[in-house]
Parts: sequence; C-alpha cells; structure tokens
Amino acid sequence: MARRGLDPEARQGLTLIAPPFLYALAILAAPLLTILAYSFLTDGYLEILRQVTLSNYAQVLTDPIVRTVMLRSLFVSGMVTLVTVALAFPVAYYVSFMVRPERKSMWLFLITIPFWTSYLIRVFLWKVILGYNGVINSSLTGLGIIDEPLTFILYNVNSIVLTLAHAYAPFAILPIFVALEKIDRSLLEAGRDLGESRLMTFWRVTLPLAMPGVIAAVLIVFIPTIGDYVTPELIGGGKIPMIANLIQVQMLALDNRPLGSALAVTAMLIVAIVSLLFLFLNRRFLKVRQ
Amino acid sequence: MSQRRFEGSGLRAYAIFYLLFLYAPIILLPLFAFNSGTIIAFPLQGFTTDWFSQMWGNATLRRALANSLTIAVSASILATCLAIFAARASTRFDFPGKGGIMGFILLPMVLPEIIVAMSLLVVLLGAGVELSILTVILGHALICMPYGIAILSTAFSSLDRSLEEAAYDLGETKWGAFRLVTLPLVMPGIISSLLISFTISLDEFIIAFFLAGKEPTLPTYIFSQLRFPKQIPMIMALGTVLVALSIVLLAIGEYFRRRGIARIGGKDTGGFL
Repeated sequence: MARRGLDPEARQGLTLIAPPFLYALAILAAPLLTILAYSFLTDGYLEILRQVTLSNYAQVLTDPIVRTVMLRSLFVSGMVTLVTVALAFPVAYYVSFMVRPERKSMWLFLITIPFWTSYLIRVFLWKVILGYNGVINSSLTGLGIIDEPLTFILYNVNSIVLTLAHAYAPFAILPIFVALEKIDRSLLEAGRDLGESRLMTFWRVTLPLAMPGVIAAVLIVFIPTIGDYVTPELIGGGKIPMIANLIQVQMLALDNRPLGSALAVTAMLIVAIVSLLFLFLNRRFLKVRQ
Repeated sequence: MSQRRFEGSGLRAYAIFYLLFLYAPIILLPLFAFNSGTIIAFPLQGFTTDWFSQMWGNATLRRALANSLTIAVSASILATCLAIFAARASTRFDFPGKGGIMGFILLPMVLPEIIVAMSLLVVLLGAGVELSILTVILGHALICMPYGIAILSTAFSSLDRSLEEAAYDLGETKWGAFRLVTLPLVMPGIISSLLISFTISLDEFIIAFFLAGKEPTLPTYIFSQLRFPKQIPMIMALGTVLVALSIVLLAIGEYFRRRGIARIGGKDTGGFL
C-alpha cells in the first residue's frame, strides 16, 4: 500500500486528537518510560546512581519472596477471573435471552450500580461480613450452629478471591452481554430446525459466538485484579501481600526505586504475556466475529 | 415451550440470587449506620442518628470532602474536555496511526492503577513537584478520560453527518456548526461523561492515596480510619451517604445517556461500558 499523504481530513483528525494524546503522553507514557529507565539503574544510599545494571531484574527473578508474591498474585487473579466469568455468564445469558427488551437497561443499571459505589467501603464490608465478630460468625453463633467463631474465613487467600470476585462482577457481565446481544437469533433457530437439541445449539452456536465477549471479560477482570492494592491490605490484613503491595513497599517504605521499578515492569510484562497468550489461544473464536 | 419456561425460571432465580450477592455489602451499610451499637456485629442494638451528627461535626472529614469535591469537579471537567476531542476525532476522522493512538489513550482503563500511581509519583518526586490536590487532579483526569471517550464516542458516532453539512450549506462556519448543531445533540453524552468521571474521581483511592501528599480526600480519610474500631460506625454513616449520592448521580447520568440516544433516534444497547 502506498503511503497516503496527509490529506486535510487526516490533518484535522490529528489536530483534534492531539490534546488528549499529548496529555496521555505526559501523564502516562513519560512516567512509564521513567520507571523503565529506573529499573536499570543502581540504588545508592540516598540517591539513585547513574550506573546501568541488570541486578534489579536478577533480584526480582531470584528472590524467593518476590516469587511467592508474584505466583500468589497470578493465582489470585486467575481464580478471581475464573470465578467471576463462570458466575457472570448465566446472568449475562439471562439478561440477553430471557429478559424483555425494554427491561434490559434496567437490569444492566442494577448490575452496574454496586460497581460504581465506594470500592473501599465495599471491600471493608466483606471484612465485616467475614470477620471474627463478623456478620457470618455472629449469626452462626447466635443461631447456635457453632460455638466458636470460625477463623478460617478471613485473612486468607480465599477471602481475597471472594472479595475481588464480588468487586469485579459487573466488569465480567457487560462484555459477555454485549457479545450475546450481537448473536443473530435466527442462527439459533436454524440450529434447532436442523435437529440439534437446545443444549447442543448452545454448545455449538451460542457459546462460540459469545466467546469474544468471554475473552474480553477475562482480560478486563484479570489485568486490574493482579494489581489490586486495597483488598490484600484490608482483607488479607497486610500479611498476604500481592504484587502491588510489594511494589509500594519497595518504592516508598524501603525507598529502593530501581528495585520497585523493576518489579513494576516485570509485573506489567507478565500481565502482557499472559494476556497475549490467552488471546493467541483464542484466535479461533475471535476470528468468528470478524 | 414448557422446557424453555422452566429454564427461564431457573436462570431467573439464579440472576436474582446473583443480584443479592452483588448488593449484600451495600444492604448492610445503612443497617450499621443507624445501629446504636459501637461494634459492627449482629444482633443490632437500637436506632440512632448519632453517627451522622458525629460525621457532620468532624473537621478533618469536612476538609476531605472539600478536597474530594474540588478534585472531582476539576478532574471530570478536564477529562470530559479531552474526551470530546478524542471522541470527535475517532468517530469523524480517519488519520494515520489512529488505532494505536486511541488504544494508548484508552490504556488507563485496563492498566492497574498502582502502576499509574507509582510511575507518576516517581516522576513527580524526581522533578521536585510538591504533592497536592493538583497532582491528584492530573492523575484522575487520566483515568476518567477513557470512560468519557467510551460514552462520547457512542454519542458522536450515532450523529447524522448530514445535519452538520446542512449547517455548512446554510452558511455556518465550522465552529458555528459544531456549537449550534453538534454540541446540543451530544450534550446528554457530555453531561453523562461529566457525571461518570465525577463518580469515578470521588471514589478513587490508589492515586489519591499516593499523590495527595498530606491532603486528605474522602477515600484516603476512610482508609485511615478503618483501623480504629471506634470510628467504624461513623464510617458506615459516611458510606451510606456516599452510596446514596452515587446512586443519585448515576441515575441522572443514565437518564441523560438514554435521552441522548433517544434524541438522535438510536436504539439503546445497554450500560455505561
């Protein structure tokens, strides 16, 4: 293809896009490049030495604590993604296929409201629900079902997964819903007319066509949850750190910005690799749509 | 048909149960806010509005509220202005590198906030900029912008281009046509974008936590109080007010979004995202 010259339309478009683009360059790209640069520098006592090194990355890759925390973060966000998407699919299916068209927006509105209301307080309320004197324990002891409060429900990885799965639920429902809405209903009738059972029609027609939405849901839940800071802090009691907590400690408490930067860059790389791997594995489904 | 109805009712029960799960923490909030017991546990004690008056009399909280409002108003205006440019450019014009540029601008939607906050903090500290609510505004505008673009792109893309052309033919300048024809048509989208950005900024914790310096905002104030059991009932009262406020704001935003779609004769395709 020959390179087009800048026709007036392109020039106008570029002029319009310039302010938001420059803003994102200044506030997002420049800082990201800075931590990328920092990650190759050496940490001095009070200042950062301008000596290029790979030792930060060596430390990130070999330190057992970093490895534990990194694997935990991956495990937690993997579990959260699985739980959220699996639980969300039937709801999206119900709203798209069973709810009358004029009531769909109402359902979507109801589903999105909790997502927009104080994240911090919602996370804290899970602590209230799961805590030693919490809602579950005080109800169960009050009803005489248990004598001692259950201690295994708070301050562990499962409670972190539960809280995050709750927080990101609407994120998973919306993309799946959008994909389901796009499905041509006559395809399903065709499947039925050709003698497929309802279940097989779902399996061979609906599910593959809904796959792009499922993949979008997986990515949109997986990427932010791996960097969650608040939930491990509140629900994990600060004793079960995830990668975000580790980055914060290195950057601020220990004031080792090069190592903190290397951690951040590694975390971003891992997220990018996992996401690309996932997209690659699902190429087949994504092609259906185009 | 009966099998379908059976399936429908099963799914319906599941969907309602799921909604209850989503709302469980929010339903507990007012229960504890009006409960006279100082410990957040069942059984509930008696009815009181003390926590609300305690909240009202708290000077730090008022300061945090003032800061949060300043940040949210500034960030939502800045983000929406930038989003208007981006949405207009992406829906109306074709230019080289469009996909990459748009993808980059929308990146903060999926990037973990801790990364945005930390990298921005490192740069600001390195440049010797003093942390204040201004630095929070910069960060919040960045993360609100993609949501504004998502909303405004819908508004701009369903716009009929011939309306603008008609304005040109009738002798309007480019700016005149934009101001008199396009802007009124996308106004509901703009209001909806302002409200969503305002809600996001008001609720945002990570960026405010790291970039505000010593200034409190509502979420960072709440976070600082969560470790004092004595303060929890008051925080529950504050949470109740905040939740009620965001529901009202969202309902208004949703109303304008739908009105915008109706105005340009489009069909409603669903939620905010």
